[in-house]
Amino acid sequence: MSKLLEVKDLAISFNTFSGEVQAVRGVSFDVAKGETLAIVGESGSGKSVTTKSLMRLLPTPQSVIKRGQILFEGEDLVNKTDKEMQKIRGKDISMIFQDPMTSLNPTMKIGNQIMEGLIKHQNMSRSEARPKAAELLKQVGIPHAEKRLHQYPHQFSGGMRQRVVIAMALACNPKLLIADEPTTALDVTIQAQILELMKDVQKETGSSIIFITHDLGVVANIADRVAVMYAGKIVEIGTTEEIFYNPQHPYTWGLLGSMPTLDDTDEHLMSIPGSPPDMLNPPKGDAFAPRNSYALKIDTELEPPMFKVSDTHYAATWLLHENAPKVEPPAEVKRRMAGFSKTGEFLKGEEGEDQ
Amino acid sequence: MTVEKLLEVKDLKRHFNIGGKATVKAIDGVTFDIYKGETFGLVGESGCGKSTTGRTIIGLYDATDGEVLFKGEDVHGKKSAAEKMKFNRKMQMIFQDPSSSLNSRMTVMDIIAEGIDIHNLAENKEARKKRVEELLETVGLNKEHATRFPHEFSGGQRQRIGIARALAVEPEFIIADEPISALDVSIQAQVVNLLKQLQDEFGLTYLFIAHDLSMVKYLSDRIGVMYFGNMVELADSHELYKNPIHPYTKSLLSAIPLPDPEYERNRQRVEYDPSIHDPNEEQQFREIKPGHWVRCSETEFEQYKKDLNLN
Ligand SMILES: Nc1ncnc2c1ncn2[C@@H]1O[C@H](COP(=O)(O)OP(=O)(O)O)[C@@H](O)[C@H]1O
Ligand SMILES: Nc1ncnc2c1ncn2[C@@H]1O[C@H](COP(=O)(O)OP(=O)(O)O)[C@@H](O)[C@H]1O
Ligand SMILES: [Mg+2]
Ligand SMILES: [Mg+2]
Repeated sequence: MSKLLEVKDLAISFNTFSGEVQAVRGVSFDVAKGETLAIVGESGSGKSVTTKSLMRLLPTPQSVIKRGQILFEGEDLVNKTDKEMQKIRGKDISMIFQDPMTSLNPTMKIGNQIMEGLIKHQNMSRSEARPKAAELLKQVGIPHAEKRLHQYPHQFSGGMRQRVVIAMALACNPKLLIADEPTTALDVTIQAQILELMKDVQKETGSSIIFITHDLGVVANIADRVAVMYAGKIVEIGTTEEIFYNPQHPYTWGLLGSMPTLDDTDEHLMSIPGSPPDMLNPPKGDAFAPRNSYALKIDTELEPPMFKVSDTHYAATWLLHENAPKVEPPAEVKRRMAGFSKTGEFLKGEEGEDQ
Repeated sequence: MTVEKLLEVKDLKRHFNIGGKATVKAIDGVTFDIYKGETFGLVGESGCGKSTTGRTIIGLYDATDGEVLFKGEDVHGKKSAAEKMKFNRKMQMIFQDPSSSLNSRMTVMDIIAEGIDIHNLAENKEARKKRVEELLETVGLNKEHATRFPHEFSGGQRQRIGIARALAVEPEFIIADEPISALDVSIQAQVVNLLKQLQDEFGLTYLFIAHDLSMVKYLSDRIGVMYFGNMVELADSHELYKNPIHPYTKSLLSAIPLPDPEYERNRQRVEYDPSIHDPNEEQQFREIKPGHWVRCSETEFEQYKKDLNLN
């Protein structure tokens, strides 16, 4: 698969009154054409800052890209002017946020908002754009599309608004769609619909998706690959199967162990003690060490490099060093790693249930 | 085993007037019991009436109709202020957004001690301070935190403060309205485990309101599913997840994303179509097996029973 995006050693800081907030501290990943990369991690780990920087949406002069490259189709976006970026935004890269109102104008009819993108980026005339806008609304599952074009955002429910935003993002057929917690505020049934919609659209358009979430259930549903972020770094990256069935980093173990599974046994939820570090003063060594019951002595002194687990799977933990003691993931995590496809069995059979 | 009913909710209704003749039937005849020492989970999509149910039970809203009995006593019939006080102590509430439910200008000490002061539970200042420090430790914070302000804490820590405040008056029953929805998954697990531990320690009874169905399953002994102001299904939590009967419950369960790629790839979502119910037949809450209730018509009831016997 050819690479659409390559991010290399990206570091971003904010200059604040209290000092330098090191939000992103050397992040590298790539996204292939047509694939979905999920980025997971607790609040404050740098997911939004990383992805906003791809579109150069971070506030200046407070934010500074300290080093690194953002290669989009081989071209470095770090050095682009604002004007050049405007051509890329919306057209090549689109972004969807948790709150759809971030992208919607409350005083403008939905139809005009969708048409705006078509006219600007696809060089359509108004008369060409209108039927296309209706078609897009239909595509994202909004009934009575022609009528809906004349309505305002407040006349739509939260789930419907998010669909409209997706329609707007699709209007330009972007090569890369960045979705920052697009379903976090939605009910599960609506969330499931939006996820299905995004997958359908991707199948049709072949676009790549970066999907940010802290819900590993959603990741399992939508991602081809997963990057786990902690304290401004990627601590583990691999295919979805590798991350769920063979996780290596104790932080990934903690995230997995915190998820309930609907299992029948009396399961116990692990929780990660404490909270993420303050990025004004990131800890020395492995930033996760203070919360990590598997931490080694070296973790407090030296940051672990990315160790290779397979061609597609890397993790930054000293536990993977050849001299490290061999440890097993906690029992709760092992149970999840073994898969629990039996849960929800009733959903797979016919309408009836057992017993 | 004898089960003691701590709370009885009987045909409870709460309608809101929303201008002119328009009303929202936020809850429209909900009936269930909560047993002493259990966690009763209440789930359903936003707007289905979960918060209104919790708020009406605790008396933040008046009931439009129906009854709430706490240990056999009518909650809403309380007249004297003294009676109300006594009752208020027994029932406490924890809210979703810890930051908006904590007064930002009060220290953690004063926030937690609010109930202690109202109910005169501390003999003197020293006892008050000691009690707050003890509570902070109970919820996994430490006594140095007492002099700080809410904004100095993370979301998970603020929720712990909210829990400490609720515990301060030694309640028997706690209504937790989406207490973890605003938190990260890893922190959700911390708070949920804390709630479990406190329940074991103090014999608390919970009404746990959430839209996250997997956490509800983990925490609850029994679960009620709400849909548009009505309870459509109620069962033991294992039973509900294993043998859901109401088509709405099935659709909800089929939408839960689980952290297993294999499972997710094969997941078949079931959609709920409310128009399958015959509008000419009355829908009622009926017990299909012992302890397993479903809202259905007489015809549906027979059909469900037949389906169950076939297996
Ligand atoms: N405008 C800003 N000014 C200062 N710090 C910021 C700003 N935006 C984000 N940060 C900090 O950057 C870090 C990463 O934030 P973010 O990327 O939003 O996290 P996530 O999306 O993973 O929750 C956090 O420590 C956050 O406080
Ligand atoms: N104070 C109020 N005034 C008018 N309508 C209300 C009020 N509180 C709730 N509602 C309405 O009642 C219904 C149930 O709301 P709520 O109990 O908050 O649902 P949930 O907690 O399940 O999301 C919704 O339609 C909501 O808009
Ligand atoms: Mg974010
Ligand atoms: Mg609510």
